[in-house]
Amino acid sequence: MTSRAAPASPSAPAAPHSLALPAGLGREQLLEIYRYLRLTRTLEERLSALYRQGKIVGGLFRSLGQEGESVASAYALQRGRNQDFLSPLIRNLGSMLVMGAEPIQILRQYLARATGPTAGRDLNIHFGDLERGFLGQISHLGDMVPVMAGIALSFKLRGEARVALVYVGDGATSTGACHEGLNFAAVQRVPLVVIGEYNRWAYSTPPERQFAVAHLADRAKGYGIPAVTVDGNDVVAVYDATRNAVGRARRGEGVQFVEVETYRRAGHAEHDDQRYVPPGEVERWATEDDPIERYERRLIESGWAEARELRDIEARVREDVEGAAEACLQDPVPGGETALSGVLATPAIVAPHWYRSK
Amino acid sequence: MPETTYVEAIRQGLWEEMERDERVFILGEDVGAYGGAFKVTEGFVQRFGERRVIDTPIAEAAIVGAAAGAAHMGLRPVAEMQFIDFISCAYDMLTNYVATARYRAGLATPMVVRGPCGGYVRGGPFHSQNVEAAFVHTPGLKIVYPATVRDAKGLIKSAIRDEDPVLYLEHKWLYRRIKDDLSGESEVLTPIGEARIAREGEDLSILTYGATVWHSLEAAERLAREDGVSVEVVDLRTLAPLDDATIMRTVRKTNKVLIVHEDTRTGGIAGEITARINEQAFEWLDGPIVRVTALDVPLPYAPTLEDFVLPQTDDIVKAARWLARY
Repeated sequence: MTSRAAPASPSAPAAPHSLALPAGLGREQLLEIYRYLRLTRTLEERLSALYRQGKIVGGLFRSLGQEGESVASAYALQRGRNQDFLSPLIRNLGSMLVMGAEPIQILRQYLARATGPTAGRDLNIHFGDLERGFLGQISHLGDMVPVMAGIALSFKLRGEARVALVYVGDGATSTGACHEGLNFAAVQRVPLVVIGEYNRWAYSTPPERQFAVAHLADRAKGYGIPAVTVDGNDVVAVYDATRNAVGRARRGEGVQFVEVETYRRAGHAEHDDQRYVPPGEVERWATEDDPIERYERRLIESGWAEARELRDIEARVREDVEGAAEACLQDPVPGGETALSGVLATPAIVAPHWYRSK
Repeated sequence: MPETTYVEAIRQGLWEEMERDERVFILGEDVGAYGGAFKVTEGFVQRFGERRVIDTPIAEAAIVGAAAGAAHMGLRPVAEMQFIDFISCAYDMLTNYVATARYRAGLATPMVVRGPCGGYVRGGPFHSQNVEAAFVHTPGLKIVYPATVRDAKGLIKSAIRDEDPVLYLEHKWLYRRIKDDLSGESEVLTPIGEARIAREGEDLSILTYGATVWHSLEAAERLAREDGVSVEVVDLRTLAPLDDATIMRTVRKTNKVLIVHEDTRTGGIAGEITARINEQAFEWLDGPIVRVTALDVPLPYAPTLEDFVLPQTDDIVKAARWLARY
């Protein structure tokens, strides 16, 4: 029996709450997580303002309400060159920031700048960085599951103690690619952790129109994949569950599934008026179950951080994001002719049409 | 004289690349203990082990997707489609994920997807398809289609070494039908992107690939014997990117073009080649470009039906005669 489960003994008074740091996290790590949470939300708020000013030519996708699970799950990985690897979905900006994506890269990408990570070729948060350990998604939901199974397979074939982590939304679990990838990965026993995001909306479709089971975890069990369900707006719980799953995957125990229950408070994208949401639902989640506010309260009430420290972090994040936004607005857009290169390694350039040649 | 079949040539090419480069591995349905539906990988699991010869679930999207992920990480996967007809199940993964990876994200995806294609084998609608036209339209993929034993080996080796994703289409009618002597050659490599002159000629050019290279050669022989018409046969070998230089060279030489493919007509590669000749060598033509292809129907099973639908040597002779007299 662990000491945690043992009844409190009157002769051994409990340690002050402030010393019992959660889930093996140190105080600096707790504050770093807070910084990533704030960075995610602040960056998206800045992007939202740019969108309303008409400066973002494509759609804008928010992770409002889901920042906690994104940041906490990625934080459970080993990060750095040739370490663990993840593939985000559209609402996992936070996970990319944790892996080392820079706010200015996100801004450049949304603003379609030549200096951006895809030089204007792909949009929103569709980009990756193999060295920092994240792979950009494509729009076809579920496709990243087989691809990440392949990345995990490469770790297994080379005998590397690395783990791959992939996000799927409740809607994405309905795709054939997701099913094929989960089954393939389970059979191959590759070191893959799947974060199933039960955020209650797939565009406008609720879960009961996506699947006939109660939980995403129920689906995972059908593949022989161990699965847990956690409160996705409890940052520490998500971190803890993911850390355990990552540990099991790293130890050769095969695919692990962590279902995070959360709520998508913004529309599918910024254009979406959410007319399908029952009145008051978004507001209720915002006031009663915001992952960042919950985390903040917990940090302060447990004595792990002072309100002043958190306000300082928030202020610095705002400065950083504002600086990045100002800088990136000066960046050039790509010249049209740059579209010709890099379809293939060889030939490296596509010839322009004769009526476009100079 | 030691004789190598087309299927053995594929096997040899794969084997040599697996020996040469430990990053190369195979994944597909029944490729391990069973050695693949057509025995292309027979003996591989015994030599290279289950880590490098992976039997997968029946899941083409997962096979191709996992290959792509492994390729990003520096491995060199060769994915087998048990029949190429099933590649449609991985169409999304190939066209949306794999083909765009380098362009949108700078991701290297050096991988090969190979599988048995084609008819003349009474395989019916789902074991006889030719899929090149479905993929030649997608920027970011290379497509090779060997017609000879030498190229079967030379192209699989080049495909594995290529930095881009390559669809390697192999014709099952040729598997055990054609033989060649590859002994005494240290290394057989066929460059991707280069067509081959299968037969020199002066009066008319046939552009073709895959099994119909052999029908075209047979037709050329008959036209020489019976009509005194000298036919040049060009085996395209690579369908993406097309070797425009060789195509235009033969057009300028013979001034008459017959395009032959086993695939159905509408949206087939013959239309694309016709357009390119129109754009690049129109002034050199002494007649209309003529197509001999399958009919626009799913491929039926009964021998009488299949023979009626697929292009036959007689069709090529008849069309070439018409064009030669034009």
